[in-house]
Amino acid sequence: MQTTTLKSAVERIPNGASLMIGGFMGVGTPERLVNELVRQGKNGLTVIANDTALPGVGIGKLVSADALRKVIASHIGLNPETQRKMLAGDIEVELVPQGTLIERIRAGGYGLGGVLTPTGVGTVVEEGKRKIEVEGREYLLETPLRADFALLHAFLSDYQGNLTYALTARNFNPVIAMAADTVIADAEHVVPVGMISPDHVMTPAPLVDYLIAA
Amino acid sequence: MTMDPQTIIARRIAKELRDGMLVNLGIGIPTLVSNYVPPGVHIHFQSENGLIGTGPIPQDGLAQARLTDAGGRPVTAIPGASTFDSAMSFGLIRGGHVDLTVLGGLQVDEQGRLANWMIPGKMVPGMGGAMDLVTGAKRVIVAMQHTAKGKPKIVRRCTLPLTSARAVDLVVTELAVISFANGRAQLVETAEGVSVADVQAATDATLEIAPELVTQPR
Repeated sequence: MQTTTLKSAVERIPNGASLMIGGFMGVGTPERLVNELVRQGKNGLTVIANDTALPGVGIGKLVSADALRKVIASHIGLNPETQRKMLAGDIEVELVPQGTLIERIRAGGYGLGGVLTPTGVGTVVEEGKRKIEVEGREYLLETPLRADFALLHAFLSDYQGNLTYALTARNFNPVIAMAADTVIADAEHVVPVGMISPDHVMTPAPLVDYLIAA
Repeated sequence: MTMDPQTIIARRIAKELRDGMLVNLGIGIPTLVSNYVPPGVHIHFQSENGLIGTGPIPQDGLAQARLTDAGGRPVTAIPGASTFDSAMSFGLIRGGHVDLTVLGGLQVDEQGRLANWMIPGKMVPGMGGAMDLVTGAKRVIVAMQHTAKGKPKIVRRCTLPLTSARAVDLVVTELAVISFANGRAQLVETAEGVSVADVQAATDATLEIAPELVTQPR
């Protein structure tokens, strides 16, 4: 793990990269990293996240800045800009049931070849997917998701990169920390090693590649 | 006393709550159900963004930026609440640990299958957690007005994309309570001042009339 600045962390992300970004309607989204992506004028990005928040909030800022080529999310309904750009063909949107999305990411991070879920059977979600029967019940085979980068928002980090999250700002963060080649974390507070009890670490330090310091 | 349709629906659904249940409420009319929890009944309300023990909207000035509901609005957490990540949250839902979910609806067909997540060409918000909730919760109740702009929402066949192949258990409207316990639409309750003929006139699906049909005083 290396500590770095916002600027140099984001400089490592090339145009066209795929990013998993934590957050649920902006809560638990690393807002400063998003701001820096916009400031550096990144474009052609693929974002994998729960939602695209609202215009002016979290991932919504990347939508407004035309930084995205593709979005894989479970919900875009509260961001009319995403819907408008999707209908105009400016952003490709893949909609995935929320429980399936997080399990596809988990599969990607845990070394699994996919997950079998009953969610989506008998709906448009099953189109083009393999159906597998297990003990008399039908499931869809959902494939793993990985990304080039995961951008995390933590509540506490120590100087080794052990992370904890606060309340509902946890959401996708600990799961995406497992599923990307490079993991960049921004924490509300950076504390000395030992301040976070081993039992309270939610993302162990070796998963974090870069921590934003100051 | 006249009540608006939303209140009639929410109050009726609240009677289905039992002490100790883990319950997930959708956005809209379902959210109102939490206002009518019967006295002495303790419910664990889940928000699928990672919270059990969701409490009321905070007072002015007491909102906590890291504590929101599934719509992103500030909420409170009651003593005894717990938080977790999205994988566990949907494990709770898909794994059958959630006793009851209450969701809004656009259409329900004669077999109880729900469509509530998109109107092709018009409204494509994404399914969010709806497909997992309908597929995985132990019991599913739909809270919706009986008709939309005068058109029945309980139909023979859904024209909108389904949310799940699994039939819901109960549909509660301002006119009636309809059960799908046997895979067929059965009228089990009518609202005060509403006749069976009124319900049938506002319904496209064929309704069986329950032998023990009750008129519910409100």
